[in-house]
Formats: sequence, structure tokens, C-alpha cells
Amino acid sequence: MSPIDISNLFGSSPVSPLQAHMAKVQACIEALVPFVEAALEGKWSKAEKAQAKIVKLENEADDLKKALRLNLPTGLFMPVSRRDLLEVLTMQDRIANKSKDISGLMLGRKIEFPAAMNKKIVEFVKRCVDASAQAEVAINELDELVATGFRGKEIKLVASMIKKLNKIESDTDKIQVKVREMLFKLEKDLPPIDVMFMYKVIDWIGDLADIAQRVGSRLELMLAK
Amino acid sequence: MEFGTTFIILACVFGLFMAWGVGANDVANAMATSVGSKALTIKQAIFIAAIFEFLGAYLAGGQVTATIRKGMMDTSLLAGNPDLLIFGMLASLLAAGIWLLVATRAGWPVSTTHSIVGAIVGFAAVGIGIDAVKWGKVGTIAMSWVISPALAGVVAYALFRSVQRLIFDAKKPFQASKKYVPYYIFLVGFIIALVTMFKGLKHVGLELSIYESYGVAIGFGFVSMFVGKHFINKLKFDPDADHDYHFTNVEKVFGVLMMFTASAMAFAHGSNDVANAVGPLAAVVSIVESGGQVAQKSAMAPWILLLGGVGIVAGLIMYGKKVIATVGSNITELTPSRGFAATLAAATTVVIASGTGLPISTTHTLVGAVLGVGMARGIAALNMNIVRTIFMSWIITLPAGAILSIAFFFMFKGMFG
Repeated sequence: MSPIDISNLFGSSPVSPLQAHMAKVQACIEALVPFVEAALEGKWSKAEKAQAKIVKLENEADDLKKALRLNLPTGLFMPVSRRDLLEVLTMQDRIANKSKDISGLMLGRKIEFPAAMNKKIVEFVKRCVDASAQAEVAINELDELVATGFRGKEIKLVASMIKKLNKIESDTDKIQVKVREMLFKLEKDLPPIDVMFMYKVIDWIGDLADIAQRVGSRLELMLAK
Repeated sequence: MEFGTTFIILACVFGLFMAWGVGANDVANAMATSVGSKALTIKQAIFIAAIFEFLGAYLAGGQVTATIRKGMMDTSLLAGNPDLLIFGMLASLLAAGIWLLVATRAGWPVSTTHSIVGAIVGFAAVGIGIDAVKWGKVGTIAMSWVISPALAGVVAYALFRSVQRLIFDAKKPFQASKKYVPYYIFLVGFIIALVTMFKGLKHVGLELSIYESYGVAIGFGFVSMFVGKHFINKLKFDPDADHDYHFTNVEKVFGVLMMFTASAMAFAHGSNDVANAVGPLAAVVSIVESGGQVAQKSAMAPWILLLGGVGIVAGLIMYGKKVIATVGSNITELTPSRGFAATLAAATTVVIASGTGLPISTTHTLVGAVLGVGMARGIAALNMNIVRTIFMSWIITLPAGAILSIAFFFMFKGMFG
């Protein structure tokens, strides 16, 4: 070892671990689609397998989250604030958590929506997955942002990605309104407790897109530092 | 002079050992940014370092060597006792060498330059007398240790911002890089050549006027530029490579530039750090050869720089490869565009200091330059704790070098005096 080892100056970059975490989160939320499809058709054994996959991916995302947190000692000088970075990480992780919660609740109570709603609910879930996918696209620009020193056209590119994310999120809001409307019309013929939990599932699915949007707005804060 | 040959042999052995240590250890930091950014392989880095460290030491090492040899002390107080100066210089070499060994073992980030300066000031102040130290000059040197990293930081910031503006923000970054990178290469060749010639190449029989120096430096810049262009034109744009990271092709162009900045860095490092090893040797040789005169009007013998250069290259080839590999492989987050900005800024600062005769720490300067790129939001994570430890260690190194050299000074005085 040399008297001064300049490599000590370089901390390990949080960028690629953050992106790896987001990729895992994305895999987790994508696994929600086959689960919901199976659950809506009442194929509970198939749904159970799908749910196990979600839980496994969520655990893996958790491990990545913990590893990244441990790798961010104070005294690290980064182009983005440590707080914003940790907030993005927390938001990303909440997408995976929410996916697990939704699948857990639906499986636990064997919630079966009225068949008439199936198509709309799948559309709803898929659009939320789109929102999260768009958040991933934006997060994947972080290394390019560092290369350009968070300036110029790269900023505009990321801003436009976040704009698209917001658009997707507002789509999900519209779908959510329709889904609730459908349930409202059918609810008097259904067991009241089941209906309560159906509303809860709908809320939580909507949350997925909300959280994805928050990943984007945290990223936006990083741009402005 | 009694023991004259013994002194020269001792000084040569100590000096050569220090030079060997500089080659084995210090060069690693100078080359690590290039290896870490994958612009150079280890083999290429060793090859470039061997050639340019030697050239830097031999062609531009004279000024700093002169400072170490006679710039920090008022030798008129020693007119009757040339032996004391010899003892002191031998003691300083030994003290700095041993302190570096101890510190390296313990993992403390110390600098060769600070060790030797601390050692010389120490023996002069205690062994000879407080008045023997030219405190003004020593103060200037201490100031330069603060200014050099700061200056390198500012230059690195400016260079990196210019790269962002001209290339990364262009509509077609790859085309822009092919257009502008040759100019950066010109800049590298021009600065290094100019600073080297300003301080004279008299000892290799070359004496140029200011205008001639500018002319030659511009010529040297153009030659570098055309060589660089040749390499850049051979690069092929690979659209697939940009899929994950959109600047992969651009970074390849910067890889070519990095070869030139790495050469400049090795040259600058050789020109500044050779003095740490051969400065005291030069002092001993000049006293013995002039038969005990301490006036030191005589010019330094060119073979001394040659010896220093050979020592550095020997250390580099025997041991440096391993150190460069270790240090370089730990720098994974540096791309050639950022590595270039940091390295060129540090090289420029160091070579200017060399021309001014100021012994500065190459590594500290490089640390300053890297922080400059970090300030431009160009590096994903920098560990600021290391900056604090470096600062602490240079506060400890000065008295440590001083105390050791005082002890050795009295030891030599007892043995030969």
C-alpha cells in the first residue's frame, strides 16, 4: 500500500445499487399482474404460487435496500443530497411493500370481485405497473445525470420522463374512479364486509401509482439541488 | 575531506532508496486515476509512467531539487562546519525514509514531500540553530501545500464544466467529442512543454528564448494533437454500447485523451517528487566535491537527477505494478472524462509548482482536483473522511520527520564528527 492511497477517496457509488433496487421492485410489482388475474378468476392455488413469488421479490428488494443504507456513511460527498437519495429508496421500497400487501390481503380473504369488474381491474393494475416502470426509466438516467453534472439537456430529458410518469398516474386516477363507480353500483348485492375490503384493495392498487409518482418527484428535487 | 567518499556513498544509497520508494508507492496515485477509469491497462500505465517519470525527473526536476538542497536553509552560518550540513542531509533522508516505512505499515496517509521538508527544517532548526532556517521560504512552501490542492480543484472544476458544456450537452456528444478532444490534447502537450522549457533545459544543452519556448510548446501541442487525432479516428461508433449508459462511445474518445493526461501526470510527478530523494543527495555531493565549501554556487551535477530518475523507474518496475493495480482497481466510479479533468488539473498545478521550485505533494494536489470534479456534481460519491485524515497526517508528519531527523543528525555527528 502506498503512503496515501487515493482510491480511499472514492466512496462506492449509490447510483447503481439504487437502480438495482428499483429493478427488483419493478419485478415485484410486475408479478402482481399474474396474481391478480389468477385471483379474479378464483384460481386460488395458482394465485398462491404467484403470491409466493411476490413475497420472495419483496424480500430481495428489502435486502438490497438495507445493503444500500449501510453503504451510505455520513461524510460522503455526493452530487445529490443524502436525504433525497434515502427518500427515493424508501419510496421505491414502498412499491414492493404495497404489492405484497395487496396480494396478501386478496389471498388471505380470498376476495372475489364481481366478474363484471375483472377486465377493468386488470387494466387498473397494469396501468399502475406502467407508472412504476416509468419511474424506473427515470431512475435509470441517474448515472447519465452524474456524467453531465446534472445540467443541460439531460435534465430536460429526465424532466420529460417525470412528466410522462405524472400523466400515467393521472390515468390511474381516472381508472380508479371508474372501478369504484362499478363497485358502488353492485355493492348492495354483495356481503358488506367483503365490499369494505374490496374498496381497500382498490385504494391500495391506486397507491402503487401514487408512490411511483413520488419516486419521480423526489428525483425532480435531486435535479434542482 | 575526511570521509568524503563515505558520505557520497551513503547519500547515494539513501537517496536511491527514497527514489525507489517514490517509484514503488507514490507513482501509484499519479497513475491510478487512469487505470481506474479503464483508459489504460496496467501494462500501458507502467510503460507510460516509466518513460515520463524519468523524463520529468531528468528534464524538469532541477528547480525543486535546488529548493530541497539549499533553498530552505541559510548556509552562511555553516561556513566553518560543512560536516554539519552533510550529517543533516543524511539524517533527513534516513528520517523521511523510516517515517514513510512506519506510516505505510500503520496505514497512515502521509506524503513523501512533507516528510522530507519536515526533516530538513527539523535538523536545521535544532541541530544548527533557529536562524539557520529560511522561515520565509518554508512559509511559502507551507502556503503552497494549501494553495496547490485548491488551485487544482478550481482548474478541474473548470475543465469538467467545459467538457459538460462542449460535449455532454451537445446534440451529438460523440461527434462533439471527436471535434473538441484534440484541442484538449493540444492543451496538455502545450502546457507541459511550456512549463518545462521556461525553467530551462540548460543541463541538457538546450537554451531557448521566451519566444522560442512558446514556439516549441505550440509545436509540441500540435504534434500531440495529431497523434491523438490519429488514435481518435481509429475509433468506431458502436450504437449498441450506448444502450445502458448513453455516453459509452464518448468515453472511448476520452480514453485517448487520458493517455496524454496520464503521461503529463507522470511527467509532473517525476519533476516534483524526484527532489524528495535526490535534493539532500545533491547537497552532500556539492559540498564534498567542492572540498568542503558550503557556499553552493556550483551547479548541480546532472547525474544526480539521472540517478533519481533511474531509482524511480526501478521502484516502479519492481514493485509499483502491484500498487498501481491495487489502487487503480479500487477506483471504479471514475470515467475517463472525469479522470481526465482531475488528472490534467493536478498535472498542470504540479508542473507549475515544479517550475517555481516548490516541493508540493502530488497526491494532495490530485485529491484537490478530484474534489473539484465532485463540486461540479461529477462524481457519485466521495469519502470526505479521507480528506480529514490526510490533513491530520500532514500535521503529524512535519514534527515526526523533524524529530527523527534531529535524532539521526546527532547520531551521525557522534559517529563521524
